[in-house]
Amino acid sequence: MNKVYPDAKSALEGLTFDGMTVMSGGFGLCGIAENLIVAMRDSGVKDITVISNNCGVDDFGMGLLLQTKQIKKMVSSYVGENAEFARQFLSGELELEFNPQGTLAERIRAGGAGIPAFFTKTGYGTVVADGKETRQFDGEWYVMETALKADLSIVKAWKGDASGNLVFRKTARNFNPMMATAGRVCIAEVEELVEVGELDADNVHTPGIYVDRLIVGASFEKRIENLTTRSA
Amino acid sequence: MPLTREQLAQRAAQELRDGFYVNLGIGIPTLVANYIPAGMDVVLQSENGMLGLGPFPFAGEEDPDLINAGKQTVTEIPGTSYFSSADSFAMIRGGHVDLTILGAMEVSEAGDLANWMIPGKMVKGMGGAMDLVAGTKRVVVVMEHANKAGESKVLSECKLPLTGKKCVNLIITDLAVFEVTPSGMMLMEHAPDVTVEEIQAKTEGTFAISPDLKTIKVTCD
Repeated sequence: MNKVYPDAKSALEGLTFDGMTVMSGGFGLCGIAENLIVAMRDSGVKDITVISNNCGVDDFGMGLLLQTKQIKKMVSSYVGENAEFARQFLSGELELEFNPQGTLAERIRAGGAGIPAFFTKTGYGTVVADGKETRQFDGEWYVMETALKADLSIVKAWKGDASGNLVFRKTARNFNPMMATAGRVCIAEVEELVEVGELDADNVHTPGIYVDRLIVGASFEKRIENLTTRSA
Repeated sequence: MPLTREQLAQRAAQELRDGFYVNLGIGIPTLVANYIPAGMDVVLQSENGMLGLGPFPFAGEEDPDLINAGKQTVTEIPGTSYFSSADSFAMIRGGHVDLTILGAMEVSEAGDLANWMIPGKMVKGMGGAMDLVAGTKRVVVVMEHANKAGESKVLSECKLPLTGKKCVNLIITDLAVFEVTPSGMMLMEHAPDVTVEEIQAKTEGTFAISPDLKTIKVTCD
């Protein structure tokens, strides 16, 4: 089985359409599918609903698709690093649905795992629970949250093989494994393509069944959002 | 004198216990890591997917794949583990994290917390705060007693949208320490040279005074 495509543009072929829903892996700028995001922008696809924990920064990551106004709606937990985001939202150009981060992660996990909804105590008694079913279990109140799925998920891994097995690196794992499971189609962008059989089977993070297409990223900037060091 | 940011962090660190798994929020809570008592075994959790958070890297040793929940570069230590954000919040929501220390905009005397949104002004999002206050065994808030306009942040009722209801166990401000009990707030400690009368005057919410009232102990500046 060979799921490898030559580049980000060809990997996106036949998958993009206006009004589509896209899941985009990463936490801040860490573990984002840099090359696929640029290819999404260049595809010109419009009115996208983006499910992503954050929305990049003004000139990098998902912020690129904000600049070109290709995003109709964001489903996120935190967007504090993006001034253009705040501007578009406050002027009514952009729809926004905030989810608590753990609820967002679990909704995506549920979407990929065939679980249509679940109950969580997160957000009970807050605006997050408005309009949602609540129920008491063992004396505690919980809020019903529904699963999330997408037409396409774009994820970033450290290493992958042609059968789609993926290994993530350090905190660049974040939302990528769940998103790989919850896209109708998943494209993975890897830093290094290794031979099938080379990855330690006991340490594969995302089994290939979830990954439909795979590319080696042409280049990785891996921008650091908040460089913090200690003195020697 | 009201406590400084460093002193607030030092006081908050007195809530740590040997063997605790702890999640520290952004801002003053992050500074708490500098005051973990020597010899105490505390494991820091970062909700993006890391257990066993090390110090900030030396310049030149930063790794873009290794950040904390504040998106700051960090390091790993012996025993560190990485996992997905779903696993991370299973850990948090499932009650496996012993303590979280968070900042706040407002706290009510019933322990309601508001720290994520100012309607019409701030569009940032709650991040992991709602999950942390819902799932962690003990929630400690560390903050300035008053906001920039000089108004009490300790209130009878929160005015801002809530992060969680009846979720705060302990409130540490630059003036006082309050335990939130089922019957309301109890003043446990006051800052050095800050009187109970001053705390009462600067607090919008009501509180009882502990029969065992103490002065906050800090040694740093």
